[in-house]
Amino acid sequence: MLGTYYTFPELLLWIPLVTGIIIFFIKSPKAVKNFALFSSVATLVVSIISLCYTDFVHHPEYATYNNVSYVWLPYIGSSFSVGMDGMGFLLTFLTAFSFPLVFAATYKREYPNANVYYGLMLLVQAGLMGVFVAMDALVFYFFWELALIPMYFLCSRWGGEFRIRVTFKFFIYTFVSSLLMLIGIMFVYLHTPPVTALSEHSFYIKSFYSATLDASQQNMVFWLFFAAFAVKMPIFPFHSWQPDLYEQSSDSTVMVLSGIMVKMGIFGMLRWLLPIFPEAVEKNDTIILVMCIIGILYASIIALSQTDLKRIVAWSSIAHIGLMGAGIFARNNTSLQGVMLEMLNHGINIIALWIVVDIIEKKTGIRKISELGGLATKSSTLTTFFIIIVLANIGLPLTNGFVGEFLMFTGLFEYNKWMAVFACISIILSATYMLNMVQKVFFGNTNSITENVGSISGGQKFTLSVIVAAIIILGIYPGPVLHLTQDTVTDILQKFK
Amino acid sequence: MINIFDVAYLIPLFPLLGFLINGLGRKFISKSVTGFIGSLVIFISFCLSILVFINVSKEGFTPQNIDYFSFINISKLNIPFEFQIDQLTSVFLLIITGVGFLIHVYSTSYMKDEDQAGYARYFSFLNLFVFSMLLLVLGGNYVIMFMGWEGVGLCSYLLIGFWFKNDNFNNAAKKAFIMNRIGDLGFILGIFWLINTFGTTSYHNLFDAQTGILSVITVKNSPVLIGISLLLFMGATGKSAQIPLYTWLPDAMAGPTPVSALIHAATMVTAGIYMIARSNIIYTMAPFTMSIVAIVGLATAIFAAIIALKQNDIKKVLAYSTVSQLGYMFLGLGVGAYSAAVFHVMTHAFFKALLFLGAGSVIHAMGGEQDIRKMGGLGKKMKITYVTFFIACLAIAGLPPFSGFFSKDEILAAAYSDNPLFYIVGVAGALLTAFYMFRLLALTFAGKFRGTDEQLHHLHESPSAITFPLICLAVLSAIGGFVGIPEIFVKNGNSLGDFLSPVFADSNKLLTAGTTSPQLEIILMAVSSLLILFVCIWAWKKYKNYQEGTEEAGAFTKAIENKFYVDEIYDSIIVRPLKGFSRFLGNVVEKSGLDALVNGVGKGINYSSRQIRFLQSGFVGSYILLMVIGLLLLLIIQLFTK
Repeated sequence: MLGTYYTFPELLLWIPLVTGIIIFFIKSPKAVKNFALFSSVATLVVSIISLCYTDFVHHPEYATYNNVSYVWLPYIGSSFSVGMDGMGFLLTFLTAFSFPLVFAATYKREYPNANVYYGLMLLVQAGLMGVFVAMDALVFYFFWELALIPMYFLCSRWGGEFRIRVTFKFFIYTFVSSLLMLIGIMFVYLHTPPVTALSEHSFYIKSFYSATLDASQQNMVFWLFFAAFAVKMPIFPFHSWQPDLYEQSSDSTVMVLSGIMVKMGIFGMLRWLLPIFPEAVEKNDTIILVMCIIGILYASIIALSQTDLKRIVAWSSIAHIGLMGAGIFARNNTSLQGVMLEMLNHGINIIALWIVVDIIEKKTGIRKISELGGLATKSSTLTTFFIIIVLANIGLPLTNGFVGEFLMFTGLFEYNKWMAVFACISIILSATYMLNMVQKVFFGNTNSITENVGSISGGQKFTLSVIVAAIIILGIYPGPVLHLTQDTVTDILQKFK
Repeated sequence: MINIFDVAYLIPLFPLLGFLINGLGRKFISKSVTGFIGSLVIFISFCLSILVFINVSKEGFTPQNIDYFSFINISKLNIPFEFQIDQLTSVFLLIITGVGFLIHVYSTSYMKDEDQAGYARYFSFLNLFVFSMLLLVLGGNYVIMFMGWEGVGLCSYLLIGFWFKNDNFNNAAKKAFIMNRIGDLGFILGIFWLINTFGTTSYHNLFDAQTGILSVITVKNSPVLIGISLLLFMGATGKSAQIPLYTWLPDAMAGPTPVSALIHAATMVTAGIYMIARSNIIYTMAPFTMSIVAIVGLATAIFAAIIALKQNDIKKVLAYSTVSQLGYMFLGLGVGAYSAAVFHVMTHAFFKALLFLGAGSVIHAMGGEQDIRKMGGLGKKMKITYVTFFIACLAIAGLPPFSGFFSKDEILAAAYSDNPLFYIVGVAGALLTAFYMFRLLALTFAGKFRGTDEQLHHLHESPSAITFPLICLAVLSAIGGFVGIPEIFVKNGNSLGDFLSPVFADSNKLLTAGTTSPQLEIILMAVSSLLILFVCIWAWKKYKNYQEGTEEAGAFTKAIENKFYVDEIYDSIIVRPLKGFSRFLGNVVEKSGLDALVNGVGKGINYSSRQIRFLQSGFVGSYILLMVIGLLLLLIIQLFTK
């Protein structure tokens, strides 16, 4: 049955896609919520089961459970190929793990037009899953857009008062860059070797890897792909859509946007950019690394003087993403493994931060840190959770944040000592702005706004407990994740010999 | 019979359990149970540490490596979660759990005014601290050490800001964490460099005489080792409060007094000394760094001692004194007297913990007053506190036969044979120490009471949970030095030095120690002791009948009172420019530069889409427009590349 009729990647795609479409036709908001939660939990269960079938080395048959290809557009050499390697498992798991958390954390929230909202959310999930499992460039591009387009609607219809303006900025950025990628895909496609008799070229990922591009062509198309991924991450200086959008978007949208969607860019670089254009990567890595490191410091320094909770988190995220970019282009085993782990960690940690920020905003109605204070006396449980999450975010050992950062820094140091020194300064800056936030929000005396804040609900406690458990387990025993992604890293590095 | 090394994980595990029980059960467990659990877990660790010590001192002991699981294991890099137990570890284990236990007992009484949740929070943090500190010294590689290193920093942060309603305390806590992080930047870069050069961070690989660093690098002062050792030392200056990163420690006195005793005097701040002693081979191979360590240590010792002369807060005097004493330990490390530095860590842990606990007893009796100008005459009311405090003062001043004499003398003797100038400055620092300690002693305990009548009425000796640790530590401060008697007095008298010698054996082979003749050593010792005694008496006489307002304040005195304005200087050259730069980037660069460009593009497209009437405005319009532009671009590229 398994592997013959359906495979894990398909299940991970179809569940959110089908339920997402069904949900548009459900009227009752309560039923919508429950159905969405149920759907996301079902996806998570599939994802967890799929993690039991990752050992392709000892069980070659497992590979067939996770890879499948259907005839789609044979005359242009595109097939519906989906499959998972270590990185695929990791990111589909992150997606599957995050959505139930997001839905549970915002369960109490009433959205207008709930059916449309949750329907779009699940479509985004399907798009994300598709991006992470696509083994065909056209399929990849299709899902890339499938993830983005519902997101535009989510951002522009539910959110703060300036949502239209900031969504438009987001739209311009991502749409232009997606288009550049499409041009890049077409260009590479035209240089792929024929696979079948039906078409001259092929969109299959392996064909893309073996496309014959000379150095100058590689260099040009490299930047087209790079633009799409760098905007999505974002790498400095393509970041300016992000803080505004994070500030204006509604709670669960921003969790998905920052926790998972930014991984599309990182994933794209690892899956497509590095293996297709190894020579161009080697040629351009210094300039990109410099951009990444400027971005780390730039974002960290700006975060120091931010007063809005959401903007602090947004800038902190840009700093982390910059480090991941640096880890990608330092491209050695250590740094890439760090990036892999950090993709998971960053996803978990930033969703956790948004959950807490959301709780605070819902309880007090404000996000300005100077107007808050003394929450520790009101809810010691929330304080404990938040401090642990903050510590993970600043990379304290025995939390998940440490291991990923440690590996990325070690890898960067291997690439260039001075770059590592500059990038590492961020560990001081992140401690500064994060602890400042903790102090302003939780410590000190309560004021008229915060003195009536109560403790957090059972559901919130449960969600945060799950996250904190993940933070600590991954911080003490990251071995299984590193083991899982080693195959992908080895494959990528083989292109650079 | 169970091998103690097989169950070594229990030593940190018990404090961790205590942390979890008290932390999670803070709303359910009564205060007496909390205090009992908190202290009991440390006591168990202490007993286990004694067993470890007994086994380590056995004939034929070799360093034990215990590998638990693989923390990070990727193709080229393997960092196991491992412990290493040797002589150095076992000494630190005893100090941490022994002094730690006494301070836990003390805390059960000292913190009794806290509400139940606060009390449990306090003990859980204190347990977590002991756990982290044990991890730091038990770790078998630099990454595990770094875990403990950051862990103690976290606990220090949490405990300095324990009374989190006071924003000054919160600022002090944050400052401590950030300054430590600046040091940690150096530490972790040092680790990266070690990994990059040697491919491992495990001590038993790095320090193996046949296969480790010494087999790869055979000349002294190689750039790699100078770099690594300087970076690690940067870490040490943060954690152990040396110039230029010492300013957090005096502020850290915002925490409860037992915390100051345990974390900011006896244990955590000595982590830097542990780290360098652990890395002794790296330092021995980089004499350049060693002289830097010695000079920084000596400069800190003098500088902090001068500031301590004019402080009026009882805890601030002790804080600067700690900074100064840590400077001595670094001087010892810098001149290659590794075991002497560890010896001073031990004696300092005794007498400085005692001084802080004594200060806590005084502060309690005074109802929270910390200004020594408002004390006086407490000796009559608080006999035990007074006598134990007095013993501690004798020990820290370095008068024979108290413990501080032996350890300080061993460092100074080594400094003399390295460079007589170090010795002279070091003795000058010791005289300053004697002066400010006896000033503190006289102002607090001698003369007439200068506080309010209400305070006078309230004055009392502290309960036995407080006096018991004082007495224990006083005994240790008095006799603790006898484990390191100089060779000139008793043959093989330096039993601590002999015990630790295997750890430093490779370094000692490489060091070219100068020799001092025994006669000269005795003369130096006698002269310095006499000078110290003289200063003690002088300070005592000067301050025993102190009246407020009798001291004149010159410009230099004012500078000392204001701690040479170092905080203000840091603020104006680092903190404020950075904040300004941050606002500049956020408000000017971000708003006008890149963002304006993108918004301009957006506006432009909006504008053109409005101009092109056959397209809908807004979303769909620009979408299609862009698609058209994109297709055009595609065509153009196709044309150019064919």
